[in-house]
Parts: sequence; C-alpha cells; structure tokens
Amino acid sequence: MTTQDTLKSRILPVATVVLVIVAIWYVGAYFMNAPFQRDLDRRGNVTSTPMEFLGKTMSQPKPILPAPHQVASNVFENTFLRSVSSNRSLVYHAWVTLSSTLAGFGFGTLLGILIAVGIVHVRALDRSLMPWIIASQTVPILAVAPMVIVTLGAIGISGLVPKAVISTYLSFFPVAVGMVKGLRSPELIQLDLMRTYHASAAQTFWKLRVPASVPFLFTSMKVAIAASLVGAIVGELPTGAVAGIGSKLLAGAYYSQTIDIWAALVAGSVLASLLVAVVGIAGKIVNRNMGGKPT
Amino acid sequence: MTYSVVSARNLGLTFETGDGLVHALSDVDLDVKKGDFVSFIGPSGCGKTTFLRVIADLERATSGEILVNGMTPEEARKSRSYGYVFQAPALYPWRTIENNIALPLEIMGYSTAERASRIERTLDLVNLSGFGKKYPWQLSGGMQQRASIARALAFDADLLLMDEPFGALDEIVRDHLNEQLLKLWERTQKTICFVTHSIPEAVYLSTKIVVMSPRPGRVTDVITSTLPKERPLDIRETPEFLAIAHRVREGLRAGHSYEE
Repeated sequence: MTTQDTLKSRILPVATVVLVIVAIWYVGAYFMNAPFQRDLDRRGNVTSTPMEFLGKTMSQPKPILPAPHQVASNVFENTFLRSVSSNRSLVYHAWVTLSSTLAGFGFGTLLGILIAVGIVHVRALDRSLMPWIIASQTVPILAVAPMVIVTLGAIGISGLVPKAVISTYLSFFPVAVGMVKGLRSPELIQLDLMRTYHASAAQTFWKLRVPASVPFLFTSMKVAIAASLVGAIVGELPTGAVAGIGSKLLAGAYYSQTIDIWAALVAGSVLASLLVAVVGIAGKIVNRNMGGKPT
Repeated sequence: MTYSVVSARNLGLTFETGDGLVHALSDVDLDVKKGDFVSFIGPSGCGKTTFLRVIADLERATSGEILVNGMTPEEARKSRSYGYVFQAPALYPWRTIENNIALPLEIMGYSTAERASRIERTLDLVNLSGFGKKYPWQLSGGMQQRASIARALAFDADLLLMDEPFGALDEIVRDHLNEQLLKLWERTQKTICFVTHSIPEAVYLSTKIVVMSPRPGRVTDVITSTLPKERPLDIRETPEFLAIAHRVREGLRAGHSYEE
C-alpha cells in the first residue's frame, strides 16, 4: 500500500471523526459551563462581551465539562513536564496500572490456554467447565473487584497482586473461548491425514492443533489485553489506591478536579490503544514467520 | 508374484442416520493385486470413497472382511502401509512445501538426513524440484495437489490411496497430471487405488476399473483394461479405449435408476 492510499483509506476517515467529536465537545463545553459562568459574572458584577464570556467558559479551573485544549494541556504537562517518579506524573500512574495489567494479562492468557487445552481434550471438562466460564463473565466486575481486594487484603496481600487477579479474571475468558475455537479449527481432512500417519495425540496437538490456533490466539489476546487494563483500573477504584490511573480518576472525582479526571481517562485510552497495537504487531510478525499470506 | 494387496469379502457398511439405515456398501468382493492401478468409478453415493476409507481404516466395515497387505485395516494403518491423497491438498499452510512433505517423516521418526534426501527425491518425482521453500499459497492448485502426492510418497508405503485427487482441477491441468501420475506409477511400482467421477480418467489410468452403483453401494462390474502399459494421451482416441469407456458407461447406466 502506498502512503497516499494509507492517507486516504485509514488516516482521513479517522481524522474526520476526531474533528467532529472535538467540535461537538467544544459546543458541549460552552453550554455545560455557561450557567456557572453567568452566575459567577453576576455575583462579581462583571459584564463581558460574548467573546470574552466564551473564553471564560473554556478556562474554568473546575469546569463541569473541560474543553479539549484544557485536557490536552493537562495531559501534556503531566506526561512530559514532570519527573516520572512524581506523584503528579501521568507516566508514573500509567506505569503502576500497566504493571498489574501485564501481570494479569500474562496469567490470564496462560490460564485461558490451559482451560482451552483441557476443554478440547477432556470430554468431561467440555461439558462441565464451559457453562461456568460463561457464567463467570456475567457477574459484574464492579461487584467482584472490591471483594477480591478486601479478601486478599485481609490475608495481607495488597498492591499489584489483587489488581492482577482482577485482570486475570477478565482476560482469561476471551483467550479460553478463542483458543477452544482455534484448537478445534483444523479441518476433518487435516485430522484424517494425521490418522493415516498413525500420529499420536501429542503429535497431532503440537504439529496441527497448536499452529492452527495461533491466529485465534492473537485475536483473542487483543481483546484480553484491553480487558486486563479495565480490570486493573477497576481494581484501583475501591481500595483508595495511592497510585494508578484508577486512583487518579477517583482522586479527581473527590476533589472535583474534572480536568484531572479527563486527563486520566485520556491516559488510559492511549495506554489501551498502545497495548492493543503491540499485540496486533506481534501477531503480524508471527503470522509472517509462519508463512502467512501478506495482507 | 501377484498377491492381493487389498482383498475384500462380502464387505458391508451401514450408517445409522436420522432417516434410518443407509447401506453405504453392500456385499463388496474385490481383490487388488500388487502393482495394479485400480480405479473406482460411480455416481455420488455409490460408496467408492467409503470403500477407500475402509481400506485406510478411516471408516470401519460393519460386516464381511477385508485384508490390507494381509492385515486388518487397523494393523495396516498402524504399520503405515499406505499413503492417502485426499480430494483437497490438505497442506498445512504454516509449513513450506518441503516441511509439508517432512510431516509424515517427522511423525514416523526418520532422521534429518534421511528426511532431506526423501524430500528431494519425492519433489523430483512430482516435478516440483525448486519449489520446496515455497509456502502452499504461493503454488497453483495443481502444484499443491502434486505436493500432497509427494507427501504421500515420501515414506515407504507400497499402496497409494487417492480419493478424487484431481476432481477440483481444470481439464487441461488434469490431463497433464494424469500423464505424470502414470509415469510416477511406473517408476515407483506402487499399487494405486484411485477414486474418480470421470470415465476418461478411469480408463486412461487403470489396469482395472471397478464400476459401482448406489443404494446400496455395490460393485456392478470389474473391467480389466486391455490397453498397453505405455499410454500417450492420444490413446484416448483409439477404438480400444472407446470400447472400454463404452463398457464403463453401460455399467454405470445399468446400476443407476434414473426414476429416482
């Protein structure tokens, strides 16, 4: 694909949507913040021109809806202008969340693969485990998270581990479901071929089922890593955690630091897109090394 | 010396389906001698593929008896007595052509050096030398099927079972592959069981043509070909060829009731 095509087919549509959202956001910010500003002006006996008034609605310290540029400058300041060990640095908070996300994602992926292998090879597990796995994901994570944190806290485990447990809980599911599908993806004819060679179950597993499942693994890992991040953030909410994107969100809500909340939200979204992109690129590299048709 | 590689006596196979019993095979008696090229021809549902799968122990007969190399099909499969070529190439897309050919060799525990020499030899047999490093998607359909034949030839099995291997290919490619297959059969001295839909293909290739008919799947005629071993493609214009083809067609017509 040439750069021109990339520009036309990928960047342009995305950029258009971003512009529309930003425009709506500014309009929203004006209307949300205007009543408070009007109130403020009246009490201070200030009269301002419409343009001045518009500017004021966009520069309140604790607006109801911060304007995009306020969020952007907050993100920029707290990402690039602070030392990464500072409590106000978004990089620091993102790293705290990222570390438990990755730990939870690692365990979740491993657990998901093990469950899938069990389900594909043991008939009893196929019947008994699948309904429970699906049921596990219907339980609202917001209800489960505090229990995990409190229970683990009671036996002296706090910090990264409880958050990673919640991430594991959310991320094993897509991997388990995807890998069951992947390990079962070989066609009958490919399985028959193994049978004609009198291949052992282990040979069929390693030489056929595992390589056939690799594309499914990466697709489900993309979902899993995003879920892990959500898990880690949710895990930071009920504990009054001192660090992490979740704690930034919570602290912002306590002190009505709306700009901080939005900045933390942006940091979380950027982190999520980066993580998904990394998994996607890893998947592409593996696919190419496995002789996949370039797409 | 001509002992039976495959010998079936009163062989029957019934499936249980939602609408009752289906007689896929009924009272099949057949002997395939060493070095034979036997074609199985008949309309869909006549049991030709089922019979091949019974030989390969991919299906179990429900009555009668069948011996493959003097063993039960299961023993024969476990002693790796045959190579099987499916309707589709069934190459593993994540393996290069040579690694696809290496697959049975890896499973059967051949040494690395032995694998390399066998890959080279079988690639040469199917005229694919130089394509070993390619991935399946980089090859045409005909080349992929040739690679799958190479894979079936790579280990020491004297029996080659082929289930409509060229069915999905266009006629020009098919003619070419048929010619190559005959040469390969002559060079390797294998016994071949070949399932096909096509009368010219069956007559052109075979030393023996087994005509089958459906409901229940049974053998209606066994024709021993009088054609010489050396068969250029234009042998298909000779009266002798046409006479055999005519007999096959008659056999198919006799076994097929068009009222259904």
